[in-house]
Amino acid sequence: MTRLAPLRPSASVTPLVLTLALALGIVALLAAILTLGGFNVGRAMTALVRGAGGSSYAIFSATLVRATPLILTGLAVALAFKAGILNIGAEGQLLTGAAVAAAVALGMGPSLGAGALVIALIAAAAGGALCAALPAWLQRRFGVLEVISTIMMNFIALYGVGYLVRGPLQEPTRAYPQSSAIPDATHLPILIPGTRLHVGFAIAVIATLAAWYVTRNLAAGFRLRVVGSNPSAAASAGGLDVPAVTFRVFLLSGALAGLAGGVELTGVTYALYENISPGYGYTAIAVALLAGLHPGLVLASGILLGALEAGAAAMQREAGVPLVLVSVVEALIILAIVGAQAFLSRRSAGSTGAGT
Amino acid sequence: MTEALTAFLEATVRTATPLAFAALGETVSERAGVINVGLEGVIIAGCFGALVGAQGGSVEMGLLGGVLGGAASAGVFALFVTWLRADQIITGTALTLGALGLTGTLYRSLFGTTGAALTIPTLRPIAIPVLSDLPLFGAAFFRQPVVTYLLYLLVGLVWWFLTRTHAGLALRAVGEQPEAAEAAGIRPARLQAAAVLVSGVLGGMAGASLVLAQVGTFTEGMSAGRGFIAIAIVALGRWRPLGVALAALLFGGATALQYLLQSMGTDLPYQLFLAFPYILTLVVLAAGSARVRAPAALGRRNITGH
Repeated sequence: MTRLAPLRPSASVTPLVLTLALALGIVALLAAILTLGGFNVGRAMTALVRGAGGSSYAIFSATLVRATPLILTGLAVALAFKAGILNIGAEGQLLTGAAVAAAVALGMGPSLGAGALVIALIAAAAGGALCAALPAWLQRRFGVLEVISTIMMNFIALYGVGYLVRGPLQEPTRAYPQSSAIPDATHLPILIPGTRLHVGFAIAVIATLAAWYVTRNLAAGFRLRVVGSNPSAAASAGGLDVPAVTFRVFLLSGALAGLAGGVELTGVTYALYENISPGYGYTAIAVALLAGLHPGLVLASGILLGALEAGAAAMQREAGVPLVLVSVVEALIILAIVGAQAFLSRRSAGSTGAGT
Repeated sequence: MTEALTAFLEATVRTATPLAFAALGETVSERAGVINVGLEGVIIAGCFGALVGAQGGSVEMGLLGGVLGGAASAGVFALFVTWLRADQIITGTALTLGALGLTGTLYRSLFGTTGAALTIPTLRPIAIPVLSDLPLFGAAFFRQPVVTYLLYLLVGLVWWFLTRTHAGLALRAVGEQPEAAEAAGIRPARLQAAAVLVSGVLGGMAGASLVLAQVGTFTEGMSAGRGFIAIAIVALGRWRPLGVALAALLFGGATALQYLLQSMGTDLPYQLFLAFPYILTLVVLAAGSARVRAPAALGRRNITGH
């Protein structure tokens, strides 16, 4: 099994100059891709900025709404990576969470009302954890690379949702591949009146603050960090049951991603359909790496990438630029971060010849 | 029944071909100690390259475009992994994300959002005399597009290279014992970069054969996880070319099963068949990893030499 070497917070390793150069480089590459694709660069860039933060509507009804699932899944990925688990399956765990939340809200909503909302969110987290449990078990029992197994689970979850919205959960007229709308009582309340910002954002903020506190101050957080940074020392010197800690963090990671799915369903879409996630679980990797795997900074990077996605949606509306361009930008961000970190650590280790 | 079975076997070989190309390339790079999780991105780059190349109406240019697309994306990966020594898994994930986004963006800007029917030349099956008339398996293995025959040759070629040549020995040494290889005067990073480029060329061929010999057009995200399945195939095939080719056939069969069962008529939901290759991957990885050992230095990034 390959273990991820600990990634240090980019802010502490990367000098400011390099960060700025990388940011400028990404903007330049984005402009180059836009030019290559034959788009009006000025108009596209203006739409990007305006759509992300040009008005209070853009901020509260677009950027922060999109940031909510990104913060939760970003947190899921950050905690997993920190413990040395390469969970690339946040997308599948999110989809599972959304499907479970839809089933609960549709089944119990009419009789239980708001109580069903709470149960739906808890069940979504449990569903996400369950979706992570199989790769976690395969890794612990057979040493199966979790990178591959979690990606396989993403496809299986996607086809599972495809089955549900054409089978057991399909709306009664059976005309569309989607579920019925969940009852009003099971909608997450709106946080700021007059906007689309729902309580899910508050849940995401609380989750990041809780994760920050736990990883910083509590024994469980210490175990997570030491298992991720030096598993053999954690086992021999710390007397830690490394596989058990890894397994639990894997489930926690899945639960957070599952919760993201439940929140998205009860706060934004109100129904289950196949394309419920535009790849939040993959964007989450960029969110986590951009935050240097720091739970508190995930809040900031989640909002930043939420702004990018909101801006990209405006770019599509106003300049006809395909939305998938966002994933190119995210890939560039990830490459810039891992490249810069590798470059810097290589330089600092170069004199001893010890590598990283 | 025989007719359905023949059709199933033909579909098996046809769907196995792109998987085998990608997995064979990945075998070379993994034997050198580099796991390219970005293989998915390499394949979609190959698909898009093939589409662009074939615009002029020539299949050969399509194949060339696919190879160039695959090699270019693998080149980016090699740069990060062997020169900067960045983490292989995260770089690979980013490569996949970026290649899917870039091909999607360029496809829409060059060919419009409607996905208008693209007329590109395709590779037709060529029947090999005598062999293709063999009962049951003859047509399946010997009435295929030219890329499948190229694949047969490559399986032997890669086996010969890895086991019988000096360069192949050096490559395996880097994958098992990079420090010892370096002490013996081998430059690990350079050899790994070359191995990654080979996997890029073959990954590009996988994309090109998917477009030109199997689907006949390009759709966004059409690689559909084949890169990840190919990585599982490498483990199932125990990092040996012939084993990898046989493992690819198994997965081709798993995918082709849906056609067979559909033709027989079944009440099972079709999503189950679509999900079957991915479920099989999980089973195979669990069953395979208990018995087989991967190259010792696979995924490591602390190699010093250049």
